Amino acid sequence: MWWIAFAVSVTFLTIGVICIILTIWDGVTEWNLNRTIGWGWDITNFVWWIGIGHAGTLISAILLLFRQKWRTGVNRAAEAMTIFAVMCAALFPAIHVGRIWVVFFFFPYPNSRGPVWPNFNSPLLWDLFAISTYFTVSLLFWYTGLVPDFATLRDRSKGIRRKLYNLVSFGWTGSAKHWQRHESLSLVLAGLATPLVLSVHTIVSFDFATSVIPGWHTTIFPPYFVAGAIFSGFAMVQTLMVITRKVLNLKEYITLEHIESMNKVILLTGTIVGVAYLTELFISWYSGYIYEQFAFFNRALGPYWWSYFGMMLCNVVSPQLFWSKKIRRSVWWTFFMSIFVNIGMWFERFVIIATTLARDYLPSSWSYYKPTMVEIGIFLGTLGIFFTLYLIFTRVAPVVAVAEIKHILKTAGDQYVGKDATHHHSAEIAHKS
Amino acid sequence: MANQKEVLFGLYSDEEVLLKAIHKAKAAHLDIMDVFTPFPVHGLDEALDLKESRLHIVGFIFGLLGALTAFLGMTWIFVDDWPIIIGGKPYWSVPAFIPITFELTVLFASIGMVVVFYVIGGLGPGVTNPTLDDRITDDKFCIAFDQHGLSEKDVDKVKAFLKDSGAEEIHTKTI
Repeated sequence: MWWIAFAVSVTFLTIGVICIILTIWDGVTEWNLNRTIGWGWDITNFVWWIGIGHAGTLISAILLLFRQKWRTGVNRAAEAMTIFAVMCAALFPAIHVGRIWVVFFFFPYPNSRGPVWPNFNSPLLWDLFAISTYFTVSLLFWYTGLVPDFATLRDRSKGIRRKLYNLVSFGWTGSAKHWQRHESLSLVLAGLATPLVLSVHTIVSFDFATSVIPGWHTTIFPPYFVAGAIFSGFAMVQTLMVITRKVLNLKEYITLEHIESMNKVILLTGTIVGVAYLTELFISWYSGYIYEQFAFFNRALGPYWWSYFGMMLCNVVSPQLFWSKKIRRSVWWTFFMSIFVNIGMWFERFVIIATTLARDYLPSSWSYYKPTMVEIGIFLGTLGIFFTLYLIFTRVAPVVAVAEIKHILKTAGDQYVGKDATHHHSAEIAHKS
Repeated sequence: MANQKEVLFGLYSDEEVLLKAIHKAKAAHLDIMDVFTPFPVHGLDEALDLKESRLHIVGFIFGLLGALTAFLGMTWIFVDDWPIIIGGKPYWSVPAFIPITFELTVLFASIGMVVVFYVIGGLGPGVTNPTLDDRITDDKFCIAFDQHGLSEKDVDKVKAFLKDSGAEEIHTKTI
């Protein structure tokens, strides 16, 4: 099973690498962008991946602060997913500049060209800072949580494996002082990551919202992008969790309750996104501003009507099925719905980017955009990168946060609390001895 | 190795028994070297009289450093080093500096805290700290005593304590 999945992922990854090499070799001429439509699948995919990369930190950080114990079953895998998704996302801005070998010009560093600095007033630069910070902090948070679990693996393995796990477990011993600091660190990192995760997609939305293009220039973008990010992120977590619990046989750790809780979040955020779409339509009509009205008329009924229709169907209509408890608790429904939502959220980004650019102020420059095989190949390639990394992760690291599960077992585990409890609190045991 | 220690330790299999044992040890004025657990145990800090971690202060200092670096850096660059008018806005456009200031605050605070956490704990890539028992990272809880300077009578006292307080196994190991 694992090897088949791995082989498929690596195949996609290879396709992606070939297409990226073609893009770098020939330039972005390999893509179908034109003067009217300067952003296409590249930025669509970028925003899509960044959105997916939101769920991990949301689950780990925000649910930690809210003391949601169920998060422990899924947080580690969701954090890993975040890191891999952000890696896929970061690829697109890097290659879409065309001259990837000077991509480091993005960063403000003292240079011999003046020095010429980047424009700190530009949302694109804010985005660079937001994403690099998000990636770094997510990685630190994830790895710090993994260290004690790697130590567990180290102590349970022998030979070469023990050496390797020793290397990555940083000499963890489980000393009381270490645990105290570890707890403090996790809590503060969670507190820092919470505003961070909200800031990242806000700043991604600024890429559009601070422009003067009708259809982009709206104040609703930041909250609507954040809701959409949580929506798509949870959907991707569901896709992976349903597969992971099946393949790795983790049904006792990732339970139907987890799946149902996440489906509720999907229902909520899907509805928020739906309200945002309708608000946009209403405000454009209510503004009385013809360019704004045209932008939204064109978005829904223009040449890209099919993507708007797909977005509405997948993001707004289909999640409403989760009002039914039966569907919420069905693994198959969850799996299909999560795929649906991911498709819908991809459409959303495409709708925002392509439809808006295709019909600007000047009818003579109106255009239509279709991706080339290379663009499609790069997108498939990022899916390949994502799944390859995730599959490797499931093989070498614990997909469930081991120490955290042990920590909450006695206060939340079915064996200890509830009517089916089989273990009793050990005060009695101690008493006997 | 120069500073090898001979450690006497007991293994427990339940954290509540462990906490009780620590309280007993304190009452008997036994000098606990360290306690090792597979997960963070609630109440262990108080039981061992550990001082509150000051790691969050480190986070605050680094965060402040990040905020200042970002804000003053951008101010210097845009006002002094290379002033350019962008979109008719003033050189010192404070609202536009806020996103990056926020991001660098978070970045500096996180990196600073994590690095300090590993450095002061003596942890890091490839570091091998001696462990007493492989099961401590799995499901055993351990109270360790340093035998150095203890008379034979004291050692017997510690052993008796470990046995009485519910330790399932008692071992000595030189680390």
